Amino acid sequence: MSQILVRDITKTFKISKRREGLLNALLGVFRREYSIIKALDNISFEIEEGELVGYIGPNGAGKSTTIKILSGILVPDSGYCKVLERIPWEDRINHVRNIGVVFGQRTQLWWDLPVIESFELLKDIYKIREKEYKKTFEELVEVLNIKDFLDVPVRQLSLGQRMRCELAVSLIHSPSILFLDEPTIGLDAVSKLAIREFIKRINLERGTTIVLTTHDMDDIETLCSRIIVIGNGKILYDGTIEGLREKVSRDRILIIDIEDGKDFNIWLDGIKNISNENSRWYVTFDPQKISPSKLIFKITNIYNVKDLFVENPPIEEIIAKFYLEQKI
Amino acid sequence: MLLQYRVSAIAGIFTQFFFGFVRIMVFWSFYSNINTAQPISLSQTVTYIWITQALFRLLPWDGDSEVQEIIRTGNLAYELVRPLDLYSLWLFRALAQRLAPTFLRSIPLILVAILLPSGYSIGLPSLTAFIAFIPTLALAFVLSATITVLMNIFTLWTISGDGINRTIPALVLIFSGSLVPIPLLPDWMQIILKYMPFPGLLDTPVRFYTENLSINELPSYLAIQLFWIFILILLGRLLLRIKLRSIVVQGG
Repeated sequence: MSQILVRDITKTFKISKRREGLLNALLGVFRREYSIIKALDNISFEIEEGELVGYIGPNGAGKSTTIKILSGILVPDSGYCKVLERIPWEDRINHVRNIGVVFGQRTQLWWDLPVIESFELLKDIYKIREKEYKKTFEELVEVLNIKDFLDVPVRQLSLGQRMRCELAVSLIHSPSILFLDEPTIGLDAVSKLAIREFIKRINLERGTTIVLTTHDMDDIETLCSRIIVIGNGKILYDGTIEGLREKVSRDRILIIDIEDGKDFNIWLDGIKNISNENSRWYVTFDPQKISPSKLIFKITNIYNVKDLFVENPPIEEIIAKFYLEQKI
Repeated sequence: MLLQYRVSAIAGIFTQFFFGFVRIMVFWSFYSNINTAQPISLSQTVTYIWITQALFRLLPWDGDSEVQEIIRTGNLAYELVRPLDLYSLWLFRALAQRLAPTFLRSIPLILVAILLPSGYSIGLPSLTAFIAFIPTLALAFVLSATITVLMNIFTLWTISGDGINRTIPALVLIFSGSLVPIPLLPDWMQIILKYMPFPGLLDTPVRFYTENLSINELPSYLAIQLFWIFILILLGRLLLRIKLRSIVVQGG
């Protein structure tokens, strides 16, 4: 059976509506109007042990709600869900022993205490044996490079330092599943790379199943072989990144530098768009209508090409286009 | 972390001391100007007041502010991700928050109060009185912790916590004997209060200390304290379980 099984999960929230004006504010004390938000609408998916899945969608799509349900924090209105053969919210305490969570916008570290105290506190909470703890602790400290500020109170850490510590503590009890909710939000390029490396490594070396929600598409491209796209509470796509590319747009981009000053104009069947930026020309084409090599051949016959690249459209564009098509 | 706030602790001791004096003087003038016999003597009242001041931090004047903050910001998510029983966690937190500062502040205060000139000083208990005092004091701490946890739990419904944070302390102030010693309250009120949880927080231990109640009556008063502890724990656990099923964790 799959490690994570989600079937027909639905979750709605009641948001109390407040209307403008003094009279309505007073009436609101006695009678509240509610609007019902369907955060999750019959979603289903399965994740096997050891997978590294990207869970993406626009803001408000239902990503965090899903993670909270899988963590056992929220109870869905209907549907079936099993993680490691347990129903998360029914058997919360036993369930959370085997999972690690990082909520990107919050901290699970004790704010006023040195970093190491958070580790020690969690060691007691998860009842980790001394030998195992020492081994895991040293490994995590080394790989995430946090040795230098173990004695610094958390409130004095930079965001990048803190995020590395968050990841470390989320794994101190060696969970089989790790939920990462926007772990790289707000981080600089170097920190992002370090965190990505780390995520890849623990997935490979320890076989930890990882579910990653993020808006950073580079995270997705470097890490995830499988992505699940959610929008307006519904699962819109579940498969590989290449699969999504093909579904949304087969287009490729040919970028060429030609002699300065020369104008660039070419008409061929299969060319979708030509644009110019900083004396570089971007030719968007459909590789099924004209092959890249044919296109290059034709262009180099006419123009003196100094340099060229063939690229996929950035994954952000693909995703954005997908959101638009799906009207989310 | 408690000693990081040394200044606060010292300030606290001074404050309680000052208010102790003010209250004693109020009751001095009260006793000087009446001729009828009172349920408790002036010296017993003075002792009552000093113990009230010393045990100030025992009483549930507020919910656990850290927990209420966690609920407000949505960091409750992380608390729920730990393999801990939430109610027990909050109960022991509350217990620690009542025990530590109370011992820190009460001991210096009591030592000084012993050394004051007679008439203003705290009376010393007999051995039996002290033996009766200890278990009622211990249960008072536990009772206070259960009320504190209930305030945390109510915050789950109200989010801001302000309303409940002001209502319950008001009840505690009057009905625990912190404002006016309960023996000096009207008789009809005393009868009702005997079966409420609040006197168990302060009045019960003090009355055994001053031997206003003899050790023979210890079992029945301990039973009332235990009864309320049991009920409030049950209520707290029930409410928490209900609320957690339908909880909305703030923030996405």
